[in-house]
Amino acid sequence: MQKLIEKYYRSTNLPHIWCPGCGHGVVTMSIVKAIDKLQLDHDKTVIVSGIGCSSRASGYLNFDTVHSAHGRALPVATGIKLSDPELNVIVITGDGDATAIGGNHFIHAARRNINLTMILFNNNIYGMTGGQYSPLTPVNSRASTAPFGTMERNFDITELAKGAGATFVARSTAFHTQLLTDVIAKGIEHKGFSLVEAITQCPTSFGRQNKMGRASDMLKAQRDHAVTVEAAARLTPEQKAGKFLIGVLHQEEAPEYTEQYDAIIAKAQKGGK
Amino acid sequence: MSRVVLMQGNQACAEGAIAAGVKFFGGYPITPSTEIAEFMAKRLPQIGGKFIQMEDEIAGIGAIIGASLTGKKVMTATSGPGFSLKQELLGYAVITEIPLVLATVQRVGPSTGQPTSPSQGDVMQARWGTHGDHPIIALTPASVPECFSLTIKAYELSEKYRMPVILLMDEIIGHMRERIELPDSYDEIVQPQRKLPTVSKEEYKPYRGDEDGVPPMAAFGTGYHWHVTGLVHDETGFPNGSSNATQTLMDRLNAKITDHLDDIMMYEEYRLEDADIAVIAYGGTARTAYAAIDKAREQGIKVGMFRPITIWPFADEQIAKLATKVSTILVAEMNCGQLVGEVKRVVEGKVPVQLLAKYNNEAITPDEMLEAIINVEVTEPCKN
Repeated sequence: MQKLIEKYYRSTNLPHIWCPGCGHGVVTMSIVKAIDKLQLDHDKTVIVSGIGCSSRASGYLNFDTVHSAHGRALPVATGIKLSDPELNVIVITGDGDATAIGGNHFIHAARRNINLTMILFNNNIYGMTGGQYSPLTPVNSRASTAPFGTMERNFDITELAKGAGATFVARSTAFHTQLLTDVIAKGIEHKGFSLVEAITQCPTSFGRQNKMGRASDMLKAQRDHAVTVEAAARLTPEQKAGKFLIGVLHQEEAPEYTEQYDAIIAKAQKGGK
Repeated sequence: MSRVVLMQGNQACAEGAIAAGVKFFGGYPITPSTEIAEFMAKRLPQIGGKFIQMEDEIAGIGAIIGASLTGKKVMTATSGPGFSLKQELLGYAVITEIPLVLATVQRVGPSTGQPTSPSQGDVMQARWGTHGDHPIIALTPASVPECFSLTIKAYELSEKYRMPVILLMDEIIGHMRERIELPDSYDEIVQPQRKLPTVSKEEYKPYRGDEDGVPPMAAFGTGYHWHVTGLVHDETGFPNGSSNATQTLMDRLNAKITDHLDDIMMYEEYRLEDADIAVIAYGGTARTAYAAIDKAREQGIKVGMFRPITIWPFADEQIAKLATKVSTILVAEMNCGQLVGEVKRVVEGKVPVQLLAKYNNEAITPDEMLEAIINVEVTEPCKN
């Protein structure tokens, strides 16, 4: 791991700003491991993030990196990728960033099937601003802006991604780090828009308000509630109640945006025929 | 050699961008600027460039910020409501020093207002629309040929100073058709190009200004591994919340403009040599002014025009000098009075500054302006 840190992190920017027990560091390392596993060209890999706890990860990683504006990582990433399709573009975002203020960009990036890999750090809360509810905060949770519990139904972001046209959808957790690395690598390899939901614990803002115990308790909850896609196939609906799936949830082949645009260029240069 | 065509202002703007070497357009349809996007959708793929219609106005500027980071010249175009939506990332481009050109074709506002009618109501929005103290360059064309040439100039300034440049058009100019002479070749039309790093990757500081205050900008994908953030940062590009870093960054950003005013400031003086009255008009309103001034001259009134082409930064020095030469200044604009406030600030009461404001969705006519000029002379007789 020390070697990976030396190779891929901006170690002069460490230690990171995340709270003790936060899962974001683990998820970030999974991204690095996936990049290393695939031996991506260091110079041709770009990381784009939005705003929030998760999005500070871009500053720690030694690539061309963009810490963009709140919700806007995907438009910026889309511009980078379409402008230079040779680049591997990885998007780091959080639940509020991606699904509230950036929700419109999310569904359209998925619809376009542009070859981006989006890692959504889902800690179920706005951590940086101190614990407000996001569209991924489970209904009936406590948040600083929901002192009597949230009444809004939360998205299942993997279902939303599928519905919007994402061609690769996966989920893992900060507990299941090997699987997380594996699905991130698969997402990067997939040609088209990939969403990886990384469930991560926020003991400081989400856990504390919802009496979920310490970070270790929240990690155990991830362990106890997650079921792999393969294992779930053998379970009855009753056994699956209250569980969530991890692994590759959806994958299909579809025309990729930048390749389609190359065809448009060829057509335009032949006089539109 | 050149070719002569009849062209619309919006199209001339887009053609100017092509001439300047634009390779990426991201935008969203909005009247009265849509022709720019339509033109780009057709022209860019023909030259191997990329056009993308994004899901909203914010995404339009977001996409070109990304494309600019890959070393390309980029453009977005919009109008009123879309200009409001783009302000967030316009500020991002200012603080991150990402070159881009944003064309906005003013229409009647606020809100949806009147999409197909002319206005100059976004002059102050162009200056202060994005939050926080910031420098900005905005250029305002008054003819179809100038839509072409100023767009090229916008790229020159944007690339040279690493900052977004606003092309502040109005519906009159955007939708007007005029004769334009286009050069046969667009090669080398933009000088200088964006500065690239000359130091090693290890030594590169993405936000260390050269002597001109402008840091060289490495294209993404070329191995420099640099960080872009909208947080206040030091020369390394990484966040630095100290008061010293904040002041240093703000001072350098502003100095990119204030140290190069001679290079950035463009204006036209029309029949001002012996003028007692100076009309200050810009964009579509300047077209009225040429006619009104010619008519007034026929009646023996010594009147001329100062036409700001660079509208931001404001022509403080030129207007202050103007105030020592004429006895009255008449500011004409299609709004309730925006640029007039800047004129008054600079003139400091040395001569009367009057306002001809029209904001009923129609252009100011030559007769209306002539009447205002005549009335100026009646109320403020020539002192010379």
